[in-house]
Amino acid sequence: MYGWTGKILHVDLTRERFEVETPDLDFYRQTIGGKGMGGFYLRQCAGLAWDHPDMVVCLFTGPMVATIAPTSGRAHLVSKSPLTNLVGDSSVGGKLATQVKRAGWDGIVITGKSSSPTGIEIHDSQVKLCRADHLWGLDTQKVHEHLAPGKAGLACIGPSAENEVRFASITIDQHHSAGRTGLGLSFGVKNLKYLLVSGKGRTRVKDPKGLKQAREEIMRLTAASPALMGQYGFSSLGTGAVYDLMDNRRMMPTDNFRSTWFEHAASLNAKAYSKTYSPDRYGCKGCHILCKKISTKDNKRVAMPEFETMSHFTALIGCRDRDLVVEANNLCNRLGMDTISAASTLACKREITKKNYTRQTLLSLLNDMAMNQGEGKLLKKGSLAYARAMGQPEAAMAVKAMELPAYDPRGAYGMALGYALSTRGGCHLRAYPISHEIFRKPVATDRFSFSGKARIIKIAEDLNAVIDSLTACKFIFFAAGLEEYAKAYTAVTGLETSAQDLISIGESIYYNERIINYINGINSKDDDLPQRFFKEPGSSGNQIQIPPIDRKSFLKARAKYYDIRGLDSKGKPLKKKAEELGLPWTSL
Amino acid sequence: MDQLVNKYAAKLISAGLSDDTGHFRPIVGGLDDTLVWNRKARETQVLEKVFQGLAINSLVFLRPKPPLDQIINFLASRALETNGLIQPKDCETRTFLHDLPVVDKFCPNKIIQALKKRKSVIIAPAVNDPDFPGPAVIAHGNVSPEQGFVSVSSVVFACFVKFFTDYLEFLQSGMASRNYHDLFDELAPELVSQPLDPPLLMKGPFSTEEQVYAAIVQAGRKTIEYGLVDSYFGNISFCQDNILYISQTGSSLDELEGCIDPVPLDGSSSAGLTASSELSAHLKTISQTQCQAILHGHPRFSVILSMDCDPQKKFFCKYQDQCHIRCPEKRFINQVPIVPGEVGTGPTGLCNTLPRAFKNSDSVIVYGHGLFTIGKNDFSGAFANLLDVENKCRDFYFNKVRQLRKQIEEKPNE
Repeated sequence: MYGWTGKILHVDLTRERFEVETPDLDFYRQTIGGKGMGGFYLRQCAGLAWDHPDMVVCLFTGPMVATIAPTSGRAHLVSKSPLTNLVGDSSVGGKLATQVKRAGWDGIVITGKSSSPTGIEIHDSQVKLCRADHLWGLDTQKVHEHLAPGKAGLACIGPSAENEVRFASITIDQHHSAGRTGLGLSFGVKNLKYLLVSGKGRTRVKDPKGLKQAREEIMRLTAASPALMGQYGFSSLGTGAVYDLMDNRRMMPTDNFRSTWFEHAASLNAKAYSKTYSPDRYGCKGCHILCKKISTKDNKRVAMPEFETMSHFTALIGCRDRDLVVEANNLCNRLGMDTISAASTLACKREITKKNYTRQTLLSLLNDMAMNQGEGKLLKKGSLAYARAMGQPEAAMAVKAMELPAYDPRGAYGMALGYALSTRGGCHLRAYPISHEIFRKPVATDRFSFSGKARIIKIAEDLNAVIDSLTACKFIFFAAGLEEYAKAYTAVTGLETSAQDLISIGESIYYNERIINYINGINSKDDDLPQRFFKEPGSSGNQIQIPPIDRKSFLKARAKYYDIRGLDSKGKPLKKKAEELGLPWTSL
Repeated sequence: MDQLVNKYAAKLISAGLSDDTGHFRPIVGGLDDTLVWNRKARETQVLEKVFQGLAINSLVFLRPKPPLDQIINFLASRALETNGLIQPKDCETRTFLHDLPVVDKFCPNKIIQALKKRKSVIIAPAVNDPDFPGPAVIAHGNVSPEQGFVSVSSVVFACFVKFFTDYLEFLQSGMASRNYHDLFDELAPELVSQPLDPPLLMKGPFSTEEQVYAAIVQAGRKTIEYGLVDSYFGNISFCQDNILYISQTGSSLDELEGCIDPVPLDGSSSAGLTASSELSAHLKTISQTQCQAILHGHPRFSVILSMDCDPQKKFFCKYQDQCHIRCPEKRFINQVPIVPGEVGTGPTGLCNTLPRAFKNSDSVIVYGHGLFTIGKNDFSGAFANLLDVENKCRDFYFNKVRQLRKQIEEKPNE
């Protein structure tokens, strides 16, 4: 077998047992890796609650991990989301994936629940469980300092996950997060504090020359991408480069999405952070884009906020203090909390209570959430639970209970549809329509129209399911395409494929998620946006009109999507379609 | 979708790639929940099956009009005798299309197999088929018919450039066959046309931002009208009051309204994130010259001649496979420098080679890619240079071919 190692490690924390599974090649062909493989195991326990001991937490690499394929150093985490009780997954960077692969594993499936705080340590084929009582309660930075992983990859949780914050994250290699859907709590509920992996192996590549050629093609396209490698692109300024664009396009979520333009944005952009903090370029293993920005202050490495964090910790909550954003970002990272959900929950509170935040109250509330104290006891459940408890559920800007990221859907209708239909809730990455609606890639589409968007969203979801299964980075697809990555896949694995063949697999992976969600009670009433977007306009200006989204057009586009996706009119998966895609059927 | 399929069908005609009569009329299909076509056509029966076999939302079917069809047929028939691929070396193909697959039948399976891997496919029936006059180019998109439009026009451009580049190279190496001579002789009369005078453009200096936008839009549109780009792409910028106004990435030069990014020279905003891939080259050029206007097109003979290299010299050159990024020669066409460099940034990007080449010339050709020109305070000079260099390149090309042909004819038979 080329590309894959052929081995999956199963760790049962209850019984303290390990098993090695060696699936056949067909399994690998049909699931690819990452999200595809994780979805396979999640489906088998789809009816269980997220905190059931038999619920899986999966970490899977892709076939190109630990090769020269660009941006291939990623992995995908999959479980049931503690925040949404639906499919919960997250793509993660750093060096963890490379180490897992080099240790000889395609992935790790964790079940059970340890009786006391535990760590999993893997060194090549050696696997052991370690007591982690001394680490329980420590923040992610301190865990990192204690374990001093060196070249090993480290995934760990902070106090948030221990204290049942529904949007707790997993910190990977100190500066990277599996941020969304609360997977940190999936670790926490199993008493799993950390996962440490190192290996010395190499990924076997069938056709090194072909891979080199594919790499050159991808690199050439990357160099031609202004969004990635241009002087205002991600490589230079980090993902924060998007901040000015959202301001310019009048789609920056402001005051809990009550408006779409923040008057102080110009002084809070990526350039301003760059000037103040002079960060270095830093990135995941195997990536040349290096979009992460890390500054050194008082001999400490401080990660700059990503775009979503920059936006939500300023415009969304009415904050103008750049240093405070950096501090809040680092506090969230140390406590192990998703910055998008944390900021959005605070924005919801601000709208309901009509109280602005000071530096002290903001940091204090973040800490209270993570430590399960004071108002944090309610806020840690996320914006929807908080808003319901406060009697104003409409103030939660969430889809399927997951808070929306920093692109206002009134400024991009594909994004509106993408948010509503995403299998993990308010997520911009499932269909990533910002690519064509804002970045003009592969070509520009009319951001204020639903025309054609139903099929565009469906195809993009399938495509992104492939990307998350190959465990490549979505950013590089602003430049390259599956056409180039299919060539790299074939060179690595020796299996003939094409962009379209891979998209067919992506369709199956995504439909499987729809089935999992349906098993958990999701239907068309959940594939929707907060009503605010249909009733209130955004902030027009700069010759751009931001009216409310026309609900009829939205529903029409959603109905088209259901039809194209092979669902019934209520969004329910169909047996015939599942069988056509080779998926097991469960009576629904 | 209706609007988009009609728009791109019309653009194929106005670009001179096809005709609005007979079987040359382009066919464009768009699919959301239902499939719409710009017109009824027999070919849609096959194309509908192609839609069913691929995860796409649009298809463009183009029968290039003469003489483009002859060129494509010529190259396609040769490709079918070997690996089924046309492999042009121009920048567009190298970067975005990689190679151009050819199939010999207009049948769904063959088309699907090719389009599973590539953005386009050329259909070139081996024998004359009365039911399917060839050749045709088909391309798909998963977001908009614009993708197919861009791909088919790039294919036609790449084939045009390849034929004339190959012919010149074969003439110099003594390998030009009778077939090449015959096709060249057939095509040449139509291409040696009377040069056009440059258009009257807005005169600088400009005093308002509105004037800058208007001047850019006007110059962009004229660049298209004069046929100085392929696929409507190129890029254009104007610097005023420490702001570079530049066309957005992937914008069509005839539709620049709302597609111009203002990029502050002090770097205080990253709104240039969606600016042209050549933003860095434009910014460096502005800072190293006294110009305000930059115009970039892909005129065909400038691109063709940029790749002209003495075959013997090339044979011994250690960079013979990397001409586009490492050509070691200082090359000129009528004092216009030719520089290597790839699209965008990176160590081999044209942003490293282009700006300094403007030191002694207002026009610079980038190997296999296109022509950049600059103007002091409006686009008049830049446009005139663009046109003039292309006219000179065309004359230079045909003169060179004429001389080489003469040498061949005078050479005693061995």
